Order: sequence, then C-alpha cells, then structure tokens
Amino acid sequence: MKLRDIAVSLSLECKTPGADLDREVTGGYVSDLLSDVIGNAGEGQVWITLQVHINIVAVASLKGLSGIILVNNRTPDEDTIRKASAENIPVLTSSLPAFELAGRLYALGLG
Amino acid sequence: MNDRCTEGCFFLTGKDFTNAGAASSNLKEILESLGIRPDIVRRTAIASFEAEMNVIIYAVAGMMQYSITPEMIRLVIQDMGPGIKDIDLAMKEGYSTAPDYIREMGFGSGMGLPNIKKNADTLNVSSVYGEGTTLEFIIYLTKPSQEGP
Repeated sequence: MKLRDIAVSLSLECKTPGADLDREVTGGYVSDLLSDVIGNAGEGQVWITLQVHINIVAVASLKGLSGIILVNNRTPDEDTIRKASAENIPVLTSSLPAFELAGRLYALGLG
Repeated sequence: MNDRCTEGCFFLTGKDFTNAGAASSNLKEILESLGIRPDIVRRTAIASFEAEMNVIIYAVAGMMQYSITPEMIRLVIQDMGPGIKDIDLAMKEGYSTAPDYIREMGFGSGMGLPNIKKNADTLNVSSVYGEGTTLEFIIYLTKPSQEGP
C-alpha cells in the first residue's frame, strides 16, 4: 500500500507538496518518544505522532520511514515542513486522534 | 569496501535543535557510500543519533569523531556538558534528568544510553561531573548479521 492510497482513504492533508507519496508503506508505528521510534520503528513504516517539531524529520530520515502522520489536527512547525520537503519525508495531518487513526490504518490492511 | 581507514569529525552545538541529527545523517550517508551492511548502518545510526542528541540536549558543545576500518566503526563523542553524576543510574532504562520542555519534545525518556548499549558491541562512558562526558563505542563489521532490538 502506498502513502498516497492511505492519504486518500483517510482524508489526510499533505503538508509537504512534492514529497514522495508513492513509496510502499510496510507498516505503522505510533509513539511520541523519539528514542522509542529511533530504537524500534521499522524501515518503510509510517509514523503516527503528535510531535510537530523539526527533529521528527531527522528521526524519520535516519530510520527510512515512509512518512509522518500528525494527529488531532496538529500543524507541523514551519521549519519542520521546510526540512521534511528538503529530505523528501512526507508529512501529513489527520483530524483523528492517534488511537483511531492507527485503527483505521490497521483496518486498511497495514500490519 | 577498500582497506583504508575513513576518519572524520562533526562539531555539535548544544541546544541547536534545528540541526540536530545532521551529524548522524551525514555519518549514515558515509557508511552507505562505503557499502557497509544495512543492518550495521541501522545500528550505528541509532547509537550515533542518541549520542548526538545527548550533546544537543545537555551540553554546551561537543564533537563526534568517527573512524571506519574494514573491521569496525568506532565513534567517540566528547562534550562540554554537565557530566553524569551516576553512570550506572544513567544506563538504566527510564532514568532521565531532562527538564520538562525537553520531555515535551519527546526526548529525555531515559532510553538514550540503553539504546546505544543495545546497538553497539562495546560502549565506554566516562564523565567528570561538572566538566563533560565522553562516550566511545564500537560496532564490528566482521560479526555475523545481528538485528537491533
């Protein structure tokens, strides 16, 4: 499943125009602790979080994550968007809280 | 990979959250360009990111030196920071001295040093309270494939 399909199915808003939404998403990871994500998320997974600051981009980039979804209508910081665009990390937003968003992703078939 | 030793150094500035992670990203690119095995690149990236963030969060400044030989990746991260009072305690998962604003950013969960230990083959921490901390860790390239946690 591609991030583009997920974005359409769950009405996500993409904050990084031009970022690659056609990467295969291998699964999902939910956490707001950066060390947890660095230690335990897997390559190609999409990361669900409420953190909006610039350092989430470095984490996603280092781990080779397919994208970041911000929950609860949270807006990424300006420099987060800038860095994410430069590093080709898609950042999307959802109005759903993390629990519900993860459930929807699971229902779409993401393991 | 050729037989030469690749060495270099990144300077780190405390509280510079805008560039935090840049040294680890650069190091990861270097490792990839040398054709290092992906599982080893992953383990090194986790450990170097944690070490880099510790400098950004706690210290005034620091540097990350790397040397890569056909046998191993060796990283030394030295900082001018507050130092660690009790290293055994700092190695315990969940223990942290981070202030609230750092925790709100999702850092300071007390997983940094344990994450480094899990992913490195050897780790040495030395610290002088009030002066600074030096971390040295090695990841061997010649060991059989080993997944991180």
